[in-house]
Amino acid sequence: MTRPRLALPAPGLLSGYDPAEFFCEALSARDDGAAELAAIAQRLNALDPDDLRHRTARAEKELFDLGITFTVYSDKDAIDRILPFDVLPRVITAGEWTRLEAGIVQRVTAINLFLADLYGGQKILADKVVPADLVLGNVNFHSFMRGMKVPCGTYSHVCGIDLIRDQDGLFRVLEDNARTPSGVSYVVENRNLMLQCFPDLMEGTRVRAVDDYGLMLRRALEEIAPAGVDEPTVVLLSPGIYNSAFFEHVFLAREMGVPLVEGRDLVVENDRVYMLTTAGRAPVHSIYRRIDDFFLDPKVFRPDSMLGVPGLMEAYRKGNVSLANAPGTGVADDKAVYAYMPRIIKYYLGEDAILPNVETFICREAAGLQYTLDNLEHLVVKPVGESGGYGMILGPKATKSEIDEFRAKLKADPANYISQPMIGLSVSPTLTGKGTQPRHVDFRPFAVTGASTRVLAGGLTRVAMKEGSLVVNSSQGGGSKDTWVLAEGA
Amino acid sequence: MTELLARNADCIVWLARYMERAENLARILGVAETFARDRAGRNWLAVVQINADEKRFFARHREADARTVPHFYILDPDNPNSILSSVKSARENARTLRPMISIEMWRQINRMNSWMAGLSANAVGPANLAALCEEIKEACQLHVGITEGTFYRDQAHYFYHLGKSVERADQTTRLLDIKYHTLLPRPEDVGSALDISHWNALLKAVAGYQASRRVMAGKITPRSVAAFLLFSDSFPRSVILCVRQMDWLLSQLRTRYHLRGGVKALELLDELRAALTDQTIDQVIDLGLHEFIDWVQRQLMLIFAEIQDSFCVSRQPQ
Repeated sequence: MTRPRLALPAPGLLSGYDPAEFFCEALSARDDGAAELAAIAQRLNALDPDDLRHRTARAEKELFDLGITFTVYSDKDAIDRILPFDVLPRVITAGEWTRLEAGIVQRVTAINLFLADLYGGQKILADKVVPADLVLGNVNFHSFMRGMKVPCGTYSHVCGIDLIRDQDGLFRVLEDNARTPSGVSYVVENRNLMLQCFPDLMEGTRVRAVDDYGLMLRRALEEIAPAGVDEPTVVLLSPGIYNSAFFEHVFLAREMGVPLVEGRDLVVENDRVYMLTTAGRAPVHSIYRRIDDFFLDPKVFRPDSMLGVPGLMEAYRKGNVSLANAPGTGVADDKAVYAYMPRIIKYYLGEDAILPNVETFICREAAGLQYTLDNLEHLVVKPVGESGGYGMILGPKATKSEIDEFRAKLKADPANYISQPMIGLSVSPTLTGKGTQPRHVDFRPFAVTGASTRVLAGGLTRVAMKEGSLVVNSSQGGGSKDTWVLAEGA
Repeated sequence: MTELLARNADCIVWLARYMERAENLARILGVAETFARDRAGRNWLAVVQINADEKRFFARHREADARTVPHFYILDPDNPNSILSSVKSARENARTLRPMISIEMWRQINRMNSWMAGLSANAVGPANLAALCEEIKEACQLHVGITEGTFYRDQAHYFYHLGKSVERADQTTRLLDIKYHTLLPRPEDVGSALDISHWNALLKAVAGYQASRRVMAGKITPRSVAAFLLFSDSFPRSVILCVRQMDWLLSQLRTRYHLRGGVKALELLDELRAALTDQTIDQVIDLGLHEFIDWVQRQLMLIFAEIQDSFCVSRQPQ
């Protein structure tokens, strides 16, 4: 069912813009907010493209000057790149947001219950809702976490749920990011940029604020601090300036008002964690860590890790320090486990998933593998352990030889793959060298959980800047847009 | 956030040092250019000598002249002492410190770094050198001004000024050395118009010209200039003023922020201050100005090492 679309007066910024068969984030009708959407679309349509381009150049210069960049390393140089920024915002209505928020809270709640079960009684495995070997054989399942009580029962404190919108305009979950999802800094900085460079675009529109993220996160980290600590010291643990997401670490430390530490700033003594300051040692109670599990503590994980802190896991196990996210959450955002998520939600909450998955075939199961092999040219096939869009194949876009090559890989290691039908991702009008064009977008909202789950009223809209491309990852030429969640009764 | 990470304290002192170093190098190159105009290029070598870079420099260049020296000290990315390298290092430190420094400080350093990285070899050619040195100096001063106006006044601020004072004292001794030791005038030139004009150029390079005119009432002699740069209680780049400043900063860190370290550094500072206040310039020159300057530089190194050992040590990888 294709939804009706707004018609706009020509000539305008959107003249000649054709979303084809896809759901359009600017023009397709929703269940609510028709008046606001029309007002915004008309305002965009009335913009002068040259002026917009000029202002975009200024905005991008500002991003560069502020070092809002990610780093790409070549053999010799470290090159700072900005995430390409498209000024035409993506709008989510108040009604859509209510449903999204409920769906995200539901999903994150289920993920945390699932993790608590896996690291506790493993009832869901005994009940055979999720195959035991899928969990127990997963490299991200850490048996040392078993039996440990984590504060508030929360494992995945920061969770990013990747959503896409299909041709009918329905939001579906594409992927869960329960480990250390990144991108929230762009949500806030994109908004700052919009307010600075395009104040006239936002005028008269009631868009929900996103600048309280740092306080949300800090509050959650204080909530999970070890019991009995009145004023817990929170720190952000980063791998350091050579990490490609360092800007985000800086951003979050600044927004939370907490020290940005590296492993070498921390010591463990008598199973307590301290940071090394000019005045000597100072106790640390909650750590928002942006270091992967395997680098956290050389005594437990990779012994060659220079990024971690020897003894950290023992201090954690004793309950003297809290970690967000908890080690071992990767077992819940595995792409194979994803396929079971609707059943996981049902199992723990007795509810149907508010946000549906994309239909998924599990290649470790004979039927799923057969279906995938028979329909490779229509399916997207992804390795379960990769992220960033690596190692996947888009059947409808692949050549015959690419498909044949992939078929061999799939047969050699079927358990490593899942497949999904190719979804016609929604598009959003985007400024390009060839005028305003439809470009595919996805959406990553962020949920923060301490004692309870709060969802930032916004999120990262990633854009595949290349014509026709469905790959939105920044490492592969994706850009971003500001996402406007409209206030109730706007 | 009241605590200051030891590693961040280290980044702050170095941020301040690198920016001060960049500014002073621009000053030195500016004055060397003035000297060189009069002396058929002989003085470019002096810049290399006062920075003790002979080995590194002559591994790359055969001659120290108006092309090689400015390039080596401004644009050479492989020279860790070049202005380009200093600004890059300052920026790396600022990057680490970004949650603590103001957004404006960060933006300006980031922009200066991008600007420096985009300079062509032509920018340091003889025709453009003076103007470029001026621009670099002004960019550094912009940093100082933004820092003054925006940097939160907690411990970090004291460490920033400690780094700045150490570097400035060190650089002032180097500037004095360039004239007094390496450019020792030929006996027949002493007191000549040419010689006087060099001292004037030197004073201008440290922005001490006007003040020295007032204070010395026209008696510009090598001795009076040396005394001014070493002993003036009021000249912001004099060695004694920097030493007093360091002493005050360190005492403040100990009293206001209850930092326990730094006792040895205070003792060394006391010794250095005594050496600068208990002697006349005639005594210093009779015993050897160059030797004295050398000793001052060594003391500054010891003091800085003490500060780092006391406050700036993070965990060593095992």
